[in-house]
Amino acid sequence: MNMIQAINSAHDVMMERDDRVVAMGEDVGFFGGVFRATEHLQKKYGRSRCFDTPISENGIIGTAIGMAAYGLRPVAEIQFADYIYPAFDQLVSEAARMRYRTAGEWTLPLTVRSPYGGGIFGGQTHSQSPESLFAHVAGLKTVIPSNPYDAKGLLIAAIEDPDPVLFFEPKRIYNGPFDGFFDRPVTPWAKHPKAEVPEGHYTVPLGKAAVVREGEAVTVVAYGTMVHVVLATIEAEGIDAEVIDLRTILPIDMDTIEASVKKTGRCVVVHEATRTGGFGGELSALVQERCFYHLEAPVQRATGFDTPYPHSLEWAYFPGPIRIGTAIKKALEV
Amino acid sequence: MTSDIERPNRPALSLHVPEPNARPGDEIDFSHIAIPPAGSVRKPDVSASPAETHELVYSLVRVLDDEGRAVGMWDPRLDPDQLRRIYRDMVTVRIFDDRMYRAQRQGKTSFYMKSTGEEAVAVAAAHALDRDDMTFPTYRQQGILVARGYPLRDMMCQVYSNRADPLKGRQLPIMYSSREYGFFTISGNLATQYPQAVGWAMASAIRGDSRIASAYIGDGSTAEGDFHAAVTFAGVYRAPVILNVVNNQWAISSFSGIAGGELTTFAARAVGYGIAGLRVDGNDPLAVFAATRWAADRARLNLGPTLIEMFTYRVEGHSTSDDPSAYRPKNAGAAWPLGDPIARLKQHLVLLGEWDETRESDLLETVEAEVRAAQREAEKQGTLVTSSIEFPQDVTTMFEDVFEEMPWHLREQQAQMVAELEAKRK
Repeated sequence: MNMIQAINSAHDVMMERDDRVVAMGEDVGFFGGVFRATEHLQKKYGRSRCFDTPISENGIIGTAIGMAAYGLRPVAEIQFADYIYPAFDQLVSEAARMRYRTAGEWTLPLTVRSPYGGGIFGGQTHSQSPESLFAHVAGLKTVIPSNPYDAKGLLIAAIEDPDPVLFFEPKRIYNGPFDGFFDRPVTPWAKHPKAEVPEGHYTVPLGKAAVVREGEAVTVVAYGTMVHVVLATIEAEGIDAEVIDLRTILPIDMDTIEASVKKTGRCVVVHEATRTGGFGGELSALVQERCFYHLEAPVQRATGFDTPYPHSLEWAYFPGPIRIGTAIKKALEV
Repeated sequence: MTSDIERPNRPALSLHVPEPNARPGDEIDFSHIAIPPAGSVRKPDVSASPAETHELVYSLVRVLDDEGRAVGMWDPRLDPDQLRRIYRDMVTVRIFDDRMYRAQRQGKTSFYMKSTGEEAVAVAAAHALDRDDMTFPTYRQQGILVARGYPLRDMMCQVYSNRADPLKGRQLPIMYSSREYGFFTISGNLATQYPQAVGWAMASAIRGDSRIASAYIGDGSTAEGDFHAAVTFAGVYRAPVILNVVNNQWAISSFSGIAGGELTTFAARAVGYGIAGLRVDGNDPLAVFAATRWAADRARLNLGPTLIEMFTYRVEGHSTSDDPSAYRPKNAGAAWPLGDPIARLKQHLVLLGEWDETRESDLLETVEAEVRAAQREAEKQGTLVTSSIEFPQDVTTMFEDVFEEMPWHLREQQAQMVAELEAKRK
């Protein structure tokens, strides 16, 4: 299965098991979503459980909050993460705080899915990575899978989670793992072990990172598309790095990161989002606070630049093997 | 920019900024308000198409005339017991408001908002709904809780943020929440409850439930995008929801013209969305009841949403932090031509021979005593003293309910806060 099929399968499994689960969003009904993540669901579960919405992101999230307050488990799609901002207030002021402001009286088992990240020539309106904006908000969980197996397991866990979860899908790797070399063809998921996705129900727990490669020289923390770019980089450079796929941005699995950095003594943080105020800053601060006496070099960051995503120049913007390799080498220098 | 030389002989443009017709020092003037005679507005059949209601969005549904008679097609013909229950609940809200307002002035809480003059909008509507319909109120519809019998003492504990505050001291006073009483948590971010109410109603329809939702918004907040998203969704999915716009004329110091009420009515928003709309005298409890019941019947029959403008007046300031004499003539509320909802219902009951001064003074005495007793009980649980770090509730609960399970970083911060407080107390 590719990642889209895995996400579709997660919907299907959950809509079959739990008739409170509904899927909604622009084009998700009849057409099955512009990326086809909700294909066949309307036909199978009916128009009142999988439906198209008006082009109104705050309407989508606002009504989804009301549905969750009623007792449904809505899975709302925002067609591109770049369009989540009109719904920002509903997410941060309402969804995030509903349990808190009502002392647990109203809870929102709400999942918001959204394709995010660059690398598909989407320009500055189809490429952004807003995860740190949501990680900054108390009360939201933010999840980013890096492969089909995790995507299905994490999405099922998100739908079953009693709290609102933002589920950002790295659309660059919907069809296959991307290694960061723009001139190489993308390998389809079919050849990847993580593409073996079980048919039925399983979960990948939220808040747990994965060590995707063990190593001794340096810890590299990444998520989403960047996991694959990091793996390709260390292979090309011949570095014995330990690679951690964060999987959940918040709550962060600090135990896994801490154990690894204490072992390697070095740490590099990688993400596509712009650098300043990005989640890499939080990760480096946490590593610095907890592993300072084990660190042999300053924590390095390899990230997107602090500009909007430039359409035709995206290969220069995207953190590729050169930028990541430079950061890793810098962490290894001292 | 084009220079003046390049655009000769063109008149200079000027920006229109709406202004109310009277400011402090001016004589209050409500002569621009068209008030049709009570009973003059047609009542469409409950199954009417939305378009058949659209002339009503420019009129005003009124039942009680100047003498206190109930007249016309919209008269809900309530029995005297029900009229007295509505009356009692409105009186309770007003007495409750007065006591809590004073409590704020005495430094027992940080903030309060009265609903003086708007009691009918919440109370009469609550009586027209079913007890298990869900309401999505603003901060001026505490009358719904009162009408549904929510304990006054618990409301006060919320206002005081004390040990018995059901919301553990996390919400501003008056931002009540009660799932059990069908009263959705109030947000300080305006209009957010509107699409949420529509979503709740959509969910009820998805599940084949029979409960409906009723949402409230102020006239000022109709300018928020959430309002338009909500009405769009409500119309598109024919959600079983009543969308009330409480036009009380003032959003803090900005009059309703600033929200777009100068050129048209708020009820007329319904026309563009193709849903049913009504404009109702919000100071007429019988008109409020009748319109709400009509809209509720439509929603229950799967005939879709109704937008109701409750035309009323905010007699008091916006909140305890506001001084309305700085932006509008003094005593404007007393001059409001549609009167006071409590006085109007009393007049009606007296006219029916169902009320008199003895019963009035008995009621006032009883309700005063009830409210006083509730306040005594509430204050036993503590009040909010803003200058103290001796909190009226268990401070470690601050970290609960961010998520169902507390993650490690919140547990760490909880321990840090406990240590800080211990250090401060030393």
